[in-house]
Amino acid sequence: MREITISQAVNEALAEEMRRDETVFIIGEDVAEAGTPFKVLSGLVEEFGTARVVDTPIAEPGFMGLAVGAAMTGTRPVVDLMFGDFIYLIMDQLCNQAAKTHYMSGGKLNVPLVLRTNLGATRRSAAQHSQSLHALVAHIPGLKVAMPSSAYEAKGLMKTAIRDNNPVVIFEDKLMYNDKAPVPEEEYLIPFGEANIKREGSDITLIATSSMVQVCEEAAEILAAEGISAEVIDPRTIVPLDEKTLIASAKKTSRVIVVDEGHQSYGVTGEIAGRINEKAFYHLDAPVLRMGAMDVPVPFSPALEDITVPTPQAVVENARKLMLGEMIHAA
Amino acid sequence: MSPSKPHHNAQDYLRMYRQMVRIRTFEDNANQLYLSAKMPGLTHMYSGEEAVAVGICEALRKTDKITSTHRGHGHCVAKGAEFKEMFCELLGKEEGYCRGKGGSMHIADQSNGNLGANAIVGGSMGIATGSAFSAKLLGKDDVTVCFFGDGATAQGLMYETMNMAALWNLPVIYACENNGYSEYTKTEEIAAGSITARAEAFGMEAFQVDGQDVLAVNALTEQLVERCRKGEGPFFIELMTYRYHGHHVGDINREYYRSKEEEQDWKENRDPIIRFRSWLVSEGIISEAEIDAMNAEIKDDAAAAVDYALNAKYPDVSEVDMHVFTDVTHALAQG
Ligand SMILES: Cc1ncc(C[n+]2csc(CCOP(=O)(O)OP(=O)(O)O)c2C)c(N)n1
Ligand SMILES: [Mg+2]
Repeated sequence: MREITISQAVNEALAEEMRRDETVFIIGEDVAEAGTPFKVLSGLVEEFGTARVVDTPIAEPGFMGLAVGAAMTGTRPVVDLMFGDFIYLIMDQLCNQAAKTHYMSGGKLNVPLVLRTNLGATRRSAAQHSQSLHALVAHIPGLKVAMPSSAYEAKGLMKTAIRDNNPVVIFEDKLMYNDKAPVPEEEYLIPFGEANIKREGSDITLIATSSMVQVCEEAAEILAAEGISAEVIDPRTIVPLDEKTLIASAKKTSRVIVVDEGHQSYGVTGEIAGRINEKAFYHLDAPVLRMGAMDVPVPFSPALEDITVPTPQAVVENARKLMLGEMIHAA
Repeated sequence: MSPSKPHHNAQDYLRMYRQMVRIRTFEDNANQLYLSAKMPGLTHMYSGEEAVAVGICEALRKTDKITSTHRGHGHCVAKGAEFKEMFCELLGKEEGYCRGKGGSMHIADQSNGNLGANAIVGGSMGIATGSAFSAKLLGKDDVTVCFFGDGATAQGLMYETMNMAALWNLPVIYACENNGYSEYTKTEEIAAGSITARAEAFGMEAFQVDGQDVLAVNALTEQLVERCRKGEGPFFIELMTYRYHGHHVGDINREYYRSKEEEQDWKENRDPIIRFRSWLVSEGIISEAEIDAMNAEIKDDAAAAVDYALNAKYPDVSEVDMHVFTDVTHALAQG
């Protein structure tokens, strides 16, 4: 099968959906001629024109709000938020307006909108351009949250997101845009709420989102060499969450580490660990472990930044401890 | 060049010139560090806009405050920062102004009243206005200058804070560095109507000035700072300027959004340093040879600082959870 980058995969998904449905449009900063700073949208304005690939002023709350209104009245906006860190600027439009409109209207109004943005540290971009803030929006009822871990997921989840009648937030990992993976030429969609078992194993389950899937696959490789069989599962969407697959794996292996690049406290790792505790407690041989980004703003200095995110080595060390039955305390 | 202010003496002029050259030299070195892959991440060059930061900051006292932007090295130098601590910060070293935690986009210099660069476009509008608010509340006559780009005029926060500043007569000067572009987009494509008229709508006096003319910028700012100290603020200045490099150091192929001829025209015919240099010489304030000597000295200073920073230590990893909270040494030790 051909291999393409995440960047190309997102671009293809958007182009296909814009061809299929003329109510789909893209709006955001430098999305047209510039094709975004990451060049993900290159070429789209040439095909679809500036009426459907809309460059905006640097006014995030404004264009996000505009998109909510447009979505309520017959179009399907794909809002481009250049950095996930800017989500704080649009929180009211996203969480008070987009997320609640369907509910507050008793099901009469829909907001079929996609917000595509990114996450991920270690790009030396410092505290305001490196955060992984998906837990913030996952906390708000009414928003779906997708976290592609490869080009295959990036394309399939984007197409599903655009066709979904609810607001969906997609977080891409900004360090992975050039990573390649096999992606079929034929059309496919990836349903929300279906986890992907990336690697089967029997001793320990590594649940990982987005950038952390690669990290856990590497860890699993190292563990295999030591005779520890790790199962790696990618939930793909954290809202909705495929609890069934996660719980089944926890019951099977009896040990679980949840790895995610958001801050560890009050985050995605805690949520998933909590659900496993509730539903698989009597099958567990060890506490469910959370591994998130360190609870500090992302530091600029490479010497500091690199130790704030989970690494394959750290996952391996924790997996070994769980296998040995060592209790683990917060470091 | 605009006529000189009566109370300026040769020393003032030479300091302005020196500060502009220091900024240009700093940026040349920073760019070189990027190109030779010695600098982590990306950075935004201020080259071309020197007369803005210097013209304004030379009208300020040390206790006056500024807020800066992602394109912040120029503001930082102009407000009195040292090369050594700045390069250390750009390289993420322990001796940097922010102990390597901030980097280029968050460089701050508390000792000289620089409240910090900001990686959120328009993100410092509130901070600058708040700084003016506290000066007034505390009965100080300090003035705050808020630097921001033309692109930031699209942010709603600007209008919320300008409204309050005008209502409450706060000692703040909003300095819009209009360099014609925000990232890869021309200003006229993102700004409807007039920028100064927006400030005027709040009853604020607004001025447009040639941002490549350091004396014009300085003369205007001196007046406005004086009036701010007397409680006549706030004010708004739109400074017409140009950035020579790309939006950031990695923005090399720019022809799809601006022409080489346009860049050349600004560099050759409107350069703030060349213009001021020939004015200084023609006024007999300094000779060409003395200028060359000054330039060479600044170049050596920068080279020494770069060298120092390259060999300086990274912060110890134990610093990673320091400074999350004031009065807590290690945030993660608390559980
Ligand atoms: C809130 C926010 N939106 C978008 C960005 C990305 N961004 C960084 S600089 C920039 C352009 C800023 O233009 P301008 O204010 O004119 O400043 P200049 O770069 O020209 O100095 C953009 C869009 C950001 N950092 N913050
Ligand atoms: Mg600009």
